[in-house]
Amino acid sequence: MPEVQLRKRVIIVEEVFHEGGPVAALPLRRAAAVAVIHNPFAGKYVPEIAGFMEDLNPLGLEMAKTLVAALGGDPKIVEGYGKGAIVGQAGELEHGALWHVPGGYAMREILGNAKAIVASTKKVGGPGTRLDVPITHINASYVRSHFDSMEVGIADAPKTNEILLALVMTTGPRVHARVGGLKASEIKGQDGLR
Amino acid sequence: MKTKIRKIVTFLEETHSEMGRQVNPPTRRAAAAAVIENPYAGTYVEDLSELMEIGEELGGLLTERAVAALGIPGASAESYGKAAAVGENGELEHAAAILHPKLGTPVRKALGKGAALIPSSKKRGGPGVALDIPLGHKDAAFVRSHFDGMEVRVNDAPRANEILVAIAVTDSGRPLPRVGGLTKSQIKGEDGLR
Repeated sequence: MPEVQLRKRVIIVEEVFHEGGPVAALPLRRAAAVAVIHNPFAGKYVPEIAGFMEDLNPLGLEMAKTLVAALGGDPKIVEGYGKGAIVGQAGELEHGALWHVPGGYAMREILGNAKAIVASTKKVGGPGTRLDVPITHINASYVRSHFDSMEVGIADAPKTNEILLALVMTTGPRVHARVGGLKASEIKGQDGLR
Repeated sequence: MKTKIRKIVTFLEETHSEMGRQVNPPTRRAAAAAVIENPYAGTYVEDLSELMEIGEELGGLLTERAVAALGIPGASAESYGKAAAVGENGELEHAAAILHPKLGTPVRKALGKGAALIPSSKKRGGPGVALDIPLGHKDAAFVRSHFDGMEVRVNDAPRANEILVAIAVTDSGRPLPRVGGLTKSQIKGEDGLR
């Protein structure tokens, strides 16, 4: 499989102090690591693409490490995660699906024993396309306070023959979470759901 | 602190290749943006001095955040720029009050020097509006390799009564500069221009 060719990396960190309500004692932080790579399958239908997932593992690991570092270096503070991809115009949605395994693997590897499925989204788009990366609790998908999202995008990416890959981590619930449902304190932690 | 901050977002961009050519070391730009309450939203106020003081506070805070994202000493920064987007209930003059009278001094303090004018842009807009922060060399405005810009945006800001204020700092110029002009090695650094 082809080598991963990196054009650009972007790190975004959001710190939310309040959203019109009381100022949080500890601000919510969301961080995104975004990488822009060449799409080796652009412009033609390639039947066998799955081998590229393994090639993406080192990049995924590096992005997950960068995210933890951007949040202060302690993986224990990470409570939510998500991932996504934007495929440039000469690619297909299926190329974005290549990110499911390496993106998820990388964050689990760095966060230890995260049990929940990593929420994800993907689309085809041009330079400047925005992606709303979905976020859920790392150990129990049903924790309602941690349903969240982070918008990411880069003005000049993805170009036609590129793929934009994103990983997102958060440090807590929405800043004024108050719509009930399963709480983080009630997680059983057996099935990744509750 | 006088400034009422809802959110702070930092961005770090690294360009590793351009047109298939390696950029080594990668060029890097960072920006820090604050979403703040506009104390004058909805009314015409003659004296904008509170916003000028807010500008002074944000000049130091955002420059320090951007430099920290780059992980360099302030004195190693090469170019800078500033911009603001005022929410729909504010005036363009509110952005001017933040950006122009008092913001520059703490920026220069954080960067050691900064003889050149800090390039700026401003606009009024709604949540998610893009700010194109102009960039220029911090010691000599005519350094052609460092004429650049960085796009930043925050999807939920500025709300109607808010202002988005951003400062960008780099440790480099454009990825593969080759349009001539004054180079950074030729800077005299006396007048902020050459």
